[in-house]
Amino acid sequence: MSLLEIRGLTYEAGDKQILDDFSIAIEASEVHALLGTNGTGKSTLAYLVMGCEGYRPVSGEILFDGQAINHLKIHERAKLGITMAWQEPVRFEGISVRDYLTMKHKGADPSQYLEMVGLSPDLYLNRMVDKCLSGGERKRIELASILALHPRLAILDEPDSGIDMLSTQDIINVINLFKQKGSSVLLITHREEIALIADRASQICNGKIVCTGNPGKVAEFYKSRKCFVCDGEVCAYV
Amino acid sequence: MSELDVLMKAYGEAGGDKAILEDKDIAHLVASGHKLLSMKSVEGLEVDARETLTGVSAKVTVKEGTKIKNPVHLCFGILHKRGTQKIKMDVRLEKNASAHFIAHCIFPKAEKVRHIMDAVVEIGEGAEMRYSETHYHGPYGGIEVVPKSVVRIGRNGRYLADFTLIEGRVGTLDIDYSVEAGENAVTELTAKVFGHANDEIKIKEKVVLKGDNARGLIKTRVAVEDEASAEVTGITEGNAAGARGHVDCMEIVKDKAIAKAIPIVNVTNPLAKVTHEAAIGSVDKRQMETLMAHGLTPEEAVDIIVKGILK
Repeated sequence: MSLLEIRGLTYEAGDKQILDDFSIAIEASEVHALLGTNGTGKSTLAYLVMGCEGYRPVSGEILFDGQAINHLKIHERAKLGITMAWQEPVRFEGISVRDYLTMKHKGADPSQYLEMVGLSPDLYLNRMVDKCLSGGERKRIELASILALHPRLAILDEPDSGIDMLSTQDIINVINLFKQKGSSVLLITHREEIALIADRASQICNGKIVCTGNPGKVAEFYKSRKCFVCDGEVCAYV
Repeated sequence: MSELDVLMKAYGEAGGDKAILEDKDIAHLVASGHKLLSMKSVEGLEVDARETLTGVSAKVTVKEGTKIKNPVHLCFGILHKRGTQKIKMDVRLEKNASAHFIAHCIFPKAEKVRHIMDAVVEIGEGAEMRYSETHYHGPYGGIEVVPKSVVRIGRNGRYLADFTLIEGRVGTLDIDYSVEAGENAVTELTAKVFGHANDEIKIKEKVVLKGDNARGLIKTRVAVEDEASAEVTGITEGNAAGARGHVDCMEIVKDKAIAKAIPIVNVTNPLAKVTHEAAIGSVDKRQMETLMAHGLTPEEAVDIIVKGILK
């Protein structure tokens, strides 16, 4: 049984279909990269799996550990072990990095999680998770907070965006840490070097999976700018 | 138990440190109702306080060049269910003096209480005053608090003030603060209030940037729930070259509460710049979702967000 199984998920925003009979399965401890260009439904899929407000599928099922979770609210899904790092994490006035990282596990030592994402605890623990942090710093702190939760499934929506090129290896290390700790990862990315560390990869186009398998081959397929959704022509969505 | 002991017990219960009365290096002034209960000064600080028919009047002077090392504690309160207390303060910091005043205003049993504060503050050239005021009004909401202050800051002076009322009920609060900043002077006014039940909150803070390169910030954080109401007016005038001002108001509204923000910006000098931002609404949806994705319930998430902005 897969840890996360999505069967025939269709989602519409207004009169636009974003996901079209979408299916995917992610195994326990698997890092699964999801590639796709802007507007193909990657983030929408993340919001649907997390159960964000306003994201309810027209049809289809989301199963976690064999249990249908369509009806569960975000915090109920989080209690099952699902969590998510948003592409652009929000800021919190008056909440320190220390408190943010220990929100769920009060007694935990937050330093180790900052070190895991390449940030010095001495410099960051007492700072606020507010607008004084740069975009890249905020993203790293979000990743640290997700690590601290020890999730069963971490949805990482473009963890590499807004991070400088030199720090790409730090992000790769973090994703590997999730794997080492036994977490599954749904890794949404545009970057081939990030996708290549996954166990498997899928390409999404126009709300459908068009290719799944070895990350290297999927990345090649992605770069070929062709998919069967577009009848073998140059993909209109690339 | 003496009235002073009772007041200090309430002060301790409200989070204060009772040991300040015993410390010879810490100046203080303690008044309950119309009575002056305790007073201590330190070198360079002159305090002339007296009881009046309706409360207490005090003239406080920090002498030229004096840096008061420890905060000066002002503790005012009414321990009975009913009563009126009028505090008149005249505070002067002479040239290059500095001091931090911490005011504790405690009304733990207030059912029909009025507390009126009327302060005039003069900050001399190069002087710096920090003023932190924390209120505790008890659980009944039967209190009307009307603090008014007029502050003038001289050249290169600084005035940093914060007002906090986030525990217990508010009752009726009507703040009216006005600050005039001279050349190169800096002022920051911060107010944080949490209203419940039928509390009524009115905050009016005005900064006039009168001197060249004066700086001013008005920052207000208010949360209201149940049927409480809040009206926040932040006024900044930029009247001199290089003056910079900002008004920043955030209000969170829950249940049937009502909030209003009125930022007013007046600029009369083309080389001055004043900006403002105001946000009123329920708790931010993305913040809620992020915390819930961390496993917090919606109630826990709201609590953390509200406490965060009032911190």
